[in-house]
Amino acid sequence: MVEIILLGLNHKTAPVEIRERLAVSKEEAAAMLDAIKESASVNEVVLFSTCNRVEILMAAGDKAAAVETAKRHLSEIKKVPLSQFRDLIYVHEGDEAVRHIFRVASSLDSMMVGEPQILGQIKEAYFNATKRKTSGVILNRLLHRTFFTAKRIRTETGIGDHAVSISYAAIELARKIFGQLEGKKVLLIGAGEMAELAVEHLLKNRVKEIFVANRTFKNGVELAGRFGGSAIRFEEIPGFILQVDIIISSTGSPDIIVTKDQVKHIMPGRRNRPLFFIDIAVPRDIDPAINKLNNAYVYDIDDLNGIIDENLEDRNKEAIKGERIIDGVVISFRQWLDGLEVVPTIIELRKKIDSIVTAEIQRTIQSMNLPESDREAFDRMKNALINKIMHHPTLLLKRDGCHGSNSAYIDITRKLFNLDE
Amino acid sequence: MDNLITVTSLLYVLSSVGYILFLFFQKEYLHRIGQIFLATGFLCNSILIGYYYAKTGQIPVGNLHETLLVAGWAVAGVFFAFQYKFRVKVLGGYAALLAAVCVVASFLIPGRIVETRTIFNSFWLIAHVVSIFVGHAAFAMACGAGLLYIAQENAIKTKKHGFFYKRLPSLDLLDSTGYASIATGFTLLTIGLITGFIYAKSVWGRFWSWDPKEVWSGITWLLYAAILHGRLTVGWRGKKAAAMAIIGFAVVLFTFFGVNFFLKGHHGIFTR
Repeated sequence: MVEIILLGLNHKTAPVEIRERLAVSKEEAAAMLDAIKESASVNEVVLFSTCNRVEILMAAGDKAAAVETAKRHLSEIKKVPLSQFRDLIYVHEGDEAVRHIFRVASSLDSMMVGEPQILGQIKEAYFNATKRKTSGVILNRLLHRTFFTAKRIRTETGIGDHAVSISYAAIELARKIFGQLEGKKVLLIGAGEMAELAVEHLLKNRVKEIFVANRTFKNGVELAGRFGGSAIRFEEIPGFILQVDIIISSTGSPDIIVTKDQVKHIMPGRRNRPLFFIDIAVPRDIDPAINKLNNAYVYDIDDLNGIIDENLEDRNKEAIKGERIIDGVVISFRQWLDGLEVVPTIIELRKKIDSIVTAEIQRTIQSMNLPESDREAFDRMKNALINKIMHHPTLLLKRDGCHGSNSAYIDITRKLFNLDE
Repeated sequence: MDNLITVTSLLYVLSSVGYILFLFFQKEYLHRIGQIFLATGFLCNSILIGYYYAKTGQIPVGNLHETLLVAGWAVAGVFFAFQYKFRVKVLGGYAALLAAVCVVASFLIPGRIVETRTIFNSFWLIAHVVSIFVGHAAFAMACGAGLLYIAQENAIKTKKHGFFYKRLPSLDLLDSTGYASIATGFTLLTIGLITGFIYAKSVWGRFWSWDPKEVWSGITWLLYAAILHGRLTVGWRGKKAAAMAIIGFAVVLFTFFGVNFFLKGHHGIFTR
C-alpha cells in the first residue's frame, strides 16, 4: 500500500548552521530527485529547500526504506555526515505528512505567519519535480490540492492581511491617510536601510516625486539618483515640507530636525492638506508634538512596532481558521487516496475470480469435445457468473467512505482472496 | 398599499442589518445583501410615492407620515448615487439605518390622505420639494462621512488601531465624500430655496414672509455657505470639516422637524 511520507528539517528543529549546510541548490535538487526515484522503495518524490527548511515529500510502499534512502542521499549530496543531522529530522507519515505540506504551503508553519513567498517556492520545487518526472499520480494530486488550499486560506482568512514589517506598516498607514499614493510627493531626510526600503515601496505605489535631504549634499545626490529623485540641501527642508505629503526621516542627528512651530506655520500654506511624518530615527528627528496639530500625523519607530505586534497577533488568530480549513482538506484527501486503491483491488479481484472460473471451465470442457457454439455458451456463462459475484463486493468497496475509512474493507478483501501474494 | 409600506420598512431594516454585519465581519456577501435589500426597498419606496401621487395628484408631503416616506426615499437614493462615485461601503450601515428609521416612523404615524388643494399643485412646488429633500439627504451623507472621518482620524492620531481603523476607508476618501456631499447638498438647497421663493410669490404674493421654516432654511444655507467658503479659501478640511458637517446636519434636522414641533408657520400645514 502506497503511503505519503515527508521528512525534513526547518527553523524550529534545526539551527541555521545546519540549515545552511543542507540547503539544496536547483542542480543538487535535480540530482537528488533522480537518485531517490531510482530507489525501488520510492514511487514518487518532490523536494523543496528554502532558507528556513529542507523537505522531501515521497509516495512510497516501504516507509522505513524510503526514509533511509532520502536521508542517505541528502547526506551524500550535501556531504554532511548523517550523524550531524539525524536527530534534527522530523518524519511525518500519511495524514500527518499531508497536513504538514498544507501547513507549510499556507505559511502557517513559517517563521512569519502569512508570508507570501513560500507558496511560490513550493510551486517551483514541484515544477522541477515534474520536469524530472519524479512526481506521479499521488503527489500531483497532493500538490494541486496544496496550492488550492493555500490560496483558499489566503483569501478566506486574514493571515496575509496587514503589514508585519516597518516599511510596509508605514505604507499601510499612508494609504489609510491618503487613500491613493499616486501623485504624492515624498521627502527623505537622512538615509538608512529601513527608510530606503520604505521609499522603494512608495515608488512601487507610484508616488510622483522623491526629494532627498542629507547633511552631506553629495550623499544626498547619490541617493536621489538611485530613486530617480532630486537632492535638496538640509536648510531647504522647511520650504519643501510645504509641498510634500510624506516625510521619512532617518538621520543620526541627536536633535530634533523638524519642530512643531515650523510645521504649525507651514500648515496654512498647505491649505491644511494632510502631512504624514515617518520617524525611523533613534533619537527622534521629528518633534512628537507635531502629532497634536490638525491634519499632521507622526509615527515613530515604537508606534510602527506597536502596529506590527498588533498585526502579528491578528495573523495568529487568523491562522487558527486556516488550521480548521486544513483539517477538512486532509480528510477529503484521505478519501481520495483510499478511493484510489479501490479500483486496483476490484480489478485484481475480478482477475482472480476470472482465473479460477476459466481454469475450472477449461478442465471440465476439455474432456467433453463440444462444438464451438457450446464453448461460447460456457464463455457467456463465465462472464455472467463473474458479474454476479462481483456485483455486491464492487458496490461495497466503491461506496463513499463517509462512515470512516474504506481501507478496512479493502484490506479484508485483499486478505480474503489473497490478492497480495 | 399598507402592505407595501410594511414591505419597504422591512427591506430597509434588513438592509441595515446586512450593512451593519458587514461593518463587523467585512464579508463582501454581507455588503451585497445590504445593497440588494436597500435597492429593492428603494424601488418599493418609489412605487409607494408614485401611488400617493397618482391618487392625490400631488407630491406626498402633506403630513409627517408622507414627509418621512419621501425623506427615507431621498436618503436611500442619494446614498446609491454617492456609492457609485465614492464607494464608502461602510456608510451603507448609516444610510440604510437612516432610511429605515424614516420609513418605520412613517409606518407608525397614521397618515390621512389630504384632500387635493390647488396650492399644492405646481411645477415650482415639486421642484422645491424634491431639491430640498434630496439636498437634505446629501447633508445627511456628509454627516455620516464626518462621523466616520472622526472615528478614523481618532484611531490614526491616538495610534490605537482598534475596531474602526481596519474597517474604515482612508481619511482622504472620507473627507472628499463629505466635501462632495456638502457641495451637492448646498447646490440643491440653493435651488430649493429659489424655487420656493418663486412658488411663494405665486401663492402668497411675496418671496419671503419670515416664516420660521424659511428663517431656519436661510440659517442652514448660510452655515453651509460658510463651510464651503472656509474650505475653498483657507482649507478647512479634515477633522474641522467633519465636525462642521455634523453640526450642519443637526441644524438641518431642526429645520426639518424641530420647526414644525416648536414653532408655527405656513409650512406647518405641510407637516402637521
